[in-house]
Amino acid sequence: MKYAYFPGCSLHSTAKEYDLSTKEVAKALGIELIEIPDWICCGATPAHITMHLLSLALPVKNLLKAKGMDSYEVVTCCAACFSRLKIANHFMREDIEHRKNVEEIVGEPYKGEVRVRHFLDVLVNVFGLKNIAERINNRLSGLKVACYYGCLLTRPPEITQLDDLEDPHLMDDLMKTLDAEPVKWPYKTECCGASFSLTKTDIVLKLSGDILQMAHDEGAQAIVVACPLCQSNLDLRQGAIEKKYKKNFNMPIFYFTQLVGLALGIEPKKLGLDKHIVNPLPLLKERKVLVNK
Amino acid sequence: MKWFISHNTIRSPFQLTLEKDCGEKVSHCYQCGKCSAGCPIAFRMDFLPNQIIRMTQLGMEQQVLSSRTIWLCASCLTCTVRCPREIDIAEIMDYLRRQAYKKGIIPVEETEIPLFNKIFLRNIELFGRLYEMGLIGMFNLLSGEFFKDVFLAPKMFLKQKISVFPPRIKNIKETRAIFKRSGKLGKAHRDRLLHPRLLFLNLSRKIIGKIAKRDNP
Ligand code: SF4
Ligand code: SF4
Repeated sequence: MKYAYFPGCSLHSTAKEYDLSTKEVAKALGIELIEIPDWICCGATPAHITMHLLSLALPVKNLLKAKGMDSYEVVTCCAACFSRLKIANHFMREDIEHRKNVEEIVGEPYKGEVRVRHFLDVLVNVFGLKNIAERINNRLSGLKVACYYGCLLTRPPEITQLDDLEDPHLMDDLMKTLDAEPVKWPYKTECCGASFSLTKTDIVLKLSGDILQMAHDEGAQAIVVACPLCQSNLDLRQGAIEKKYKKNFNMPIFYFTQLVGLALGIEPKKLGLDKHIVNPLPLLKERKVLVNK
Repeated sequence: MKWFISHNTIRSPFQLTLEKDCGEKVSHCYQCGKCSAGCPIAFRMDFLPNQIIRMTQLGMEQQVLSSRTIWLCASCLTCTVRCPREIDIAEIMDYLRRQAYKKGIIPVEETEIPLFNKIFLRNIELFGRLYEMGLIGMFNLLSGEFFKDVFLAPKMFLKQKISVFPPRIKNIKETRAIFKRSGKLGKAHRDRLLHPRLLFLNLSRKIIGKIAKRDNP
């Protein structure tokens, strides 16, 4: 299994542990990830708000770079990059006028032929849960987690084509395979405030606070995410949320790749578990799921 | 007073161009309100998403483009996937924001988000990938919130989550060319300096706010 890997800006900075743990897990499972050389930012939300053509041209440029590699199915971990790449592909396939303009901008023909997948999809649907189960040597028994999917992983369904729209379950299935206990909760696809982290911090505090509260009420000990923006809003801003709403959550926020890595017996440090603001190690120790080599 | 909605109102040029440019049939909306019911930001908006759609149907261009709602929309797509009339409301919000940029209409109370977008894009144009340190520094400086999040900074450095130096990619000219050509083709207005009017509006609001706070604490 070989993929062109598009990390995206967040995974090279604020979400370094997502990048680390993805690479570790891929290595352990024998999935080869080759980073797209000289990839550029996908433009994220600011691009599609400001200039529509730019928001298509930036992802297309990256997909074209991937096309030059010998295996060109693209894998990404960031839910926002995933959404932008998928949407760009959709437009290039369906909308002739936009295709013409974007081709003119990037200077190459492109018809949306490079397939884009999320790493969660690769693990669950391509590699397969059964194969993962066979390789597990450190069960996460008794760890109660709330799987949080956020906005862009499943929406819009005709473009992302990943999971159920209102009640996604890929991550829950994966967690069950690791022997962790996903809790039932209604906030799987609520919004965390996303890119308002800097501009409208109070909105983020409210929305992310509600998510933490709901996970807490449903008995989760930690939240599992698949998006760097969700993680940083829930983890980095948790202190401010606790202060503002006078709560005490102390809820670690994991990337799903980190938990898969733990179950595969990879050292916590290699998975970047020391990089969180809410320290997850006490919980992992208490649940006896920490491997010490 | 009797008030009639004439056919000129319902077929306003504003609505017609919108339907043509973004391919969304606002006229199909029957005001069920489902979009607003699920909108996570509704509690902060001046007009609810369904009201924005209704105002668009009625050709209320000025009011729509100067609303805070269009900037507060987080593009979470909840409304889009739930609309029984299959209207892509999030796409309409995008379109309205782009129109507002084009016409230079920015609501005085909601300057941070448009400013942030401009700084973000300029950052990508300069470096090819996001230079977070630059983004945060620039945003704090230009928005007048100099010390926002300074408590988080040391933690981020210690955990090596944020770097002092900008990322480097080989062919930055290529990226800049994409920005240039997109701007040209999309007939977007590109300012040399980051939107001076926006900067001015934002800073003056912050300063007035600070003075007002000092006078009546
Ligand atoms: S959900 Fe659709 S039909 Fe209902 S009010 Fe919103 S835009 Fe109109
Ligand atoms: S996309 Fe915007 S308007 Fe629609 S639900 Fe999300 S925040 Fe509300």
